Amino acid sequence: MYEGVVQDLIDELGRLPGVGPKSAQRIAFHILQADPADVRRLAHALAEVKEKVRFCGICGNVAQDEQCRVCQDPRRDPAVICVVEEPKDVVAVERTREFRGRYHVLGGAISPIEGVGPDDLRIRELLARLADGTVTELILATDPNLEGEATATYLARMVKPMGLKVTRLASGLPVGGDLEYADEVTLGRAFEGRRLLDV
Amino acid sequence: MTLFRDDGLVLRTQKLGEADRIVTVLTRRHGRVRAVARGVRRTKSKFGARLEPFSHVDVQFFARGGELVGRGLPLCTQVESIAAYGSGIVDDYARYTAGTAMLETAERFTDHEGEPAVQQYLLLVGALRTLASAEHDARLVLDAFLLRSLAVNGYAPSFEACAQCGMPGPNRFFSVASGGVVCGECRVPGSVVPSPESMELLGALLTGDWRIVDSCEERHAREGSGLVAAYLQWHLERGLRSLRFVEKSAGL
Ligand SMILES: [Zn+2]
Ligand SMILES: [Zn+2]
Repeated sequence: MYEGVVQDLIDELGRLPGVGPKSAQRIAFHILQADPADVRRLAHALAEVKEKVRFCGICGNVAQDEQCRVCQDPRRDPAVICVVEEPKDVVAVERTREFRGRYHVLGGAISPIEGVGPDDLRIRELLARLADGTVTELILATDPNLEGEATATYLARMVKPMGLKVTRLASGLPVGGDLEYADEVTLGRAFEGRRLLDV
Repeated sequence: MTLFRDDGLVLRTQKLGEADRIVTVLTRRHGRVRAVARGVRRTKSKFGARLEPFSHVDVQFFARGGELVGRGLPLCTQVESIAAYGSGIVDDYARYTAGTAMLETAERFTDHEGEPAVQQYLLLVGALRTLASAEHDARLVLDAFLLRSLAVNGYAPSFEACAQCGMPGPNRFFSVASGGVVCGECRVPGSVVPSPESMELLGALLTGDWRIVDSCEERHAREGSGLVAAYLQWHLERGLRSLRFVEKSAGL
């Protein structure tokens, strides 16, 4: 244990996701030895992000205004919604430059064992967006793991009566890898999602 | 430093740091084991989807000391898939919620890490296989698993003879605190009087008589599920988180 403020800083850092007690200590001592101007910039960025950034009233993405940049952009196709778990997934899809529609951020995935059910996610908000018939296609881009799959299954069932086109991101082999190292589930998914080679 | 190899079912995964996970595995010979899988969240991980919940795996652990459980968490070094029940479970929401409740139950009944729980392990293998095959209603497969888990852990409920005095059945009253059905003499305040069909269903679930189970009516299945849930909660110190998300099955 350290004296007062140093320990307070270690404790606060240790509460961040993915930061264990040792890392918290390392970061704290890095901050102690750093240039005061650098530390002030960090403190300012922390305070600002909490003050200025909020969540988009339509899609749940991070936003600096009432609505996020994507929802404000009239060039984005309002007929297609890509459903993701977290705002960082929006960033990942945006980087591909493949997608010109809009987003819906659920805020996580259904995980009963962690006590997270459908009502804890922004599913009601999604259904409300689908009510007026503008949206014709839903792309389910939840994580390709068990909880992400279960969430996609649940959503697909919920929106089925609405008659939308519902698609799931193809998942399968990582590009750049060898086929022989793929596990059965991944390889099975790759077979399900195979596409026609049009040559 | 010691290598251990065992079969196991993945019960739970938790994120650790940037790309690692802590996986909780119910093994055949070492009971419940928690271990670190390095780099498993990267898309190019050698583990791939093998270490997801519902996976039945042949796994090699690397422990620092001479025991698998004790000095820090062991590492998963190699994993081969025996069966991936997840894909047959996750594509139906009722199966997914029932399956998750099974995993949590198995975890709760194997509280002492490293202590063999082979009957619980075999029960879970059988239940996940049945669930993934979609042959029976998901909620009923879950209830059968819950009753048998209670039984192998020493809490077998009685559905015929009086749980207190042994008077041969059928007995009308049911009391979770008394251990199942009780006769008129042994009944305690708070006993309920379920329908005879629900009692027959619960007995069939416990013994695995699927002919009776598959032909039951919805109201009896619902009543039976309520009694199973009450009985289970009585014997576990804390309630199961996942039980309230289990759906009344679509097929019923
Ligand atoms: Zn938005
Ligand atoms: Zn009696």
